[in-house]
Amino acid sequence: MRTMSSRIHTLAFDDPEVTLEAVKRLRAEGFSVVDVHSPFPVHGLEDALGWRETRLPWATFAGGALGVTVGLSLALYVHTVSWPLNIGGKTNTAIPGIVPVVFELGVLLAAFGTVIALLALGRLWPRLRPERGPGQPTPRVTDDRFVVLVAERDASFSPARFRALAEELRPTEVVEAWEVK
Amino acid sequence: MSATATHAGGHAAVADAEPLVLGDPSYTKVTADIAAPLERRAGIGWWIAFLLSATALGIGVVCAWITIATGIGTWGINRTVGWGFAITNFVFWVGIGHAGTLISAILLLLRQRWRTSIARAAEAMTIFAVICAGLFPIMHMGRPWYAYWFMPYPNTRGSLWQNFRSPLLWDMFAISTYFTVSLLFWYVGLIPDFGTMRDRARGLKKKIYGWLSLGWNGSARTWQRYEKASLMLASLATPLVVSVHTVVSFDFATSVIPGWHTTIFPPYFVAGAVFSGFAMVITLLTITRKVMGLEAYITDRHLELMSKVLLLTGMIVGFAYTTELFIAWYSGNPYEQFTFMNRAFGPYAWAYWLMFSCNVFVPQIFWFKRFRRSVPVLFVASLLVNVGMWFERFNIVVTSLHRDYLPSSWSMYAPSLIEVGIFIGSFGLFFTAYLLFTRVAPVVAFHEVKHTLAQQREDAHHE
Repeated sequence: MRTMSSRIHTLAFDDPEVTLEAVKRLRAEGFSVVDVHSPFPVHGLEDALGWRETRLPWATFAGGALGVTVGLSLALYVHTVSWPLNIGGKTNTAIPGIVPVVFELGVLLAAFGTVIALLALGRLWPRLRPERGPGQPTPRVTDDRFVVLVAERDASFSPARFRALAEELRPTEVVEAWEVK
Repeated sequence: MSATATHAGGHAAVADAEPLVLGDPSYTKVTADIAAPLERRAGIGWWIAFLLSATALGIGVVCAWITIATGIGTWGINRTVGWGFAITNFVFWVGIGHAGTLISAILLLLRQRWRTSIARAAEAMTIFAVICAGLFPIMHMGRPWYAYWFMPYPNTRGSLWQNFRSPLLWDMFAISTYFTVSLLFWYVGLIPDFGTMRDRARGLKKKIYGWLSLGWNGSARTWQRYEKASLMLASLATPLVVSVHTVVSFDFATSVIPGWHTTIFPPYFVAGAVFSGFAMVITLLTITRKVMGLEAYITDRHLELMSKVLLLTGMIVGFAYTTELFIAWYSGNPYEQFTFMNRAFGPYAWAYWLMFSCNVFVPQIFWFKRFRRSVPVLFVASLLVNVGMWFERFNIVVTSLHRDYLPSSWSMYAPSLIEVGIFIGSFGLFFTAYLLFTRVAPVVAFHEVKHTLAQQREDAHHE
């Protein structure tokens, strides 16, 4: 969380399962794990972190619904109001002939909705460097490091207990304390 | 129980007998191996291939220029077989594209782990193939600079609109949607890998990869959304890939020409597309993995699995051919019967039997494991399948048109030099683009392969 002023400790691991176990341990011991950075998705992490499932599919649905609506209304408007044509004596409101266009528009806008939501929620846009601080503990997270970010939120955080637990978890690297605004 | 454990448990019954990543490398080694070809200078082999493809592309550009400057008459279309080569090539290239989407989307939904090593290259292939395909309908309009008239946009021509019930417009919507969605899917897949490249590169390269990676930092929240987004895109691309070749087959099936007006066309076209696309993936990957030294990631097992897909889709295509013959006879329609007799025994019988042998007989060798695992056999067979699939489209387009209802309009068709030149050019474009791709983007998806590797280790651990 970027909201409050706190310090971040990072523990780096080199195995996804060990990372997962470490996250579970840390949370069980009452530490606040704010994020994990990894070279590939670690399955089971959302559950271990107690996160809800992402609501991203709603963006897909919204895009698809918009696409279908636009497609249907455009094609029907053109063929009934703006420029009715007699094609084989069929009624102007006949749907089957416009299904391909409506379907493709639905898929197209659903895909746009998905990708736009992904980029917007993940704060991904063209820039030279990823966000520093808790965003990028070490460049090796895109290679082989799994970095667990533990926030020192309030007075209940005990540096001594944390150090003891960190030693027990056997991380490859421990980086202590990052000031976060 | 954690999701990981259930996941592993669910897979225990189908635990991989043979590893998908050989040698159990460390994650860093995976990164280094896959990035290595991008980080060193291009070899002599790459340059030879590039010059050859660029020459072919040049021939195509010259021929396209002649077509546009002189007019569509340079395609020798002054007879009943209107767009013999253009439509054949269009359908051929669209078909090639389909394997990429199949591998990246359908196999993702089916949780097929073996897709991870080959998905990236196959998706790139999709994009370049669809570009090649799109060129033919645009050029066959004769005045390609008016191609934007396809688009429904507010114009100054009164209430003049596109006909949304026209197969040509369906095509435009289908192909452009397919291209856009494939491109999005491909790029989204590349973002984490561009992040890896950024963190390895220096100087200008670092800046370029930095921009392309959109500030990727591997955060778990982003990964969570990323995986969901991939799943969503895959679920969209799956019906899309089926719809695109169905729409392409509607171009034929909604007409009244004997040999075209059949209900089997949509599934037959989709199966053919998957068949030819997989053949092209095999052609490209057998070379790519050798040249780039990626045999540990694109293994013999991957090739074997792809050859099984070839065997299956080859038989579906063979079934479609015989069904067509049966229905032509069973329909009792003399025009339909004549068309199929003419295909099999008329002046273009050579093309029909070439198609039949390449598509139905050649894949049968893949019943034998020895051939499924032999790179030379696979390479030659995949080339033959592509020849056969090109001739399938040639048969559909040319043999149906050259002898239609009216014997007075019968004629023979042979492509003009310009048409052949543009066809060669489309291959030039495809291979040039693919070769450039191998120089700028990781051919194998880092993060997916590492994920597969982790699961592989987990399976080994649980056994």
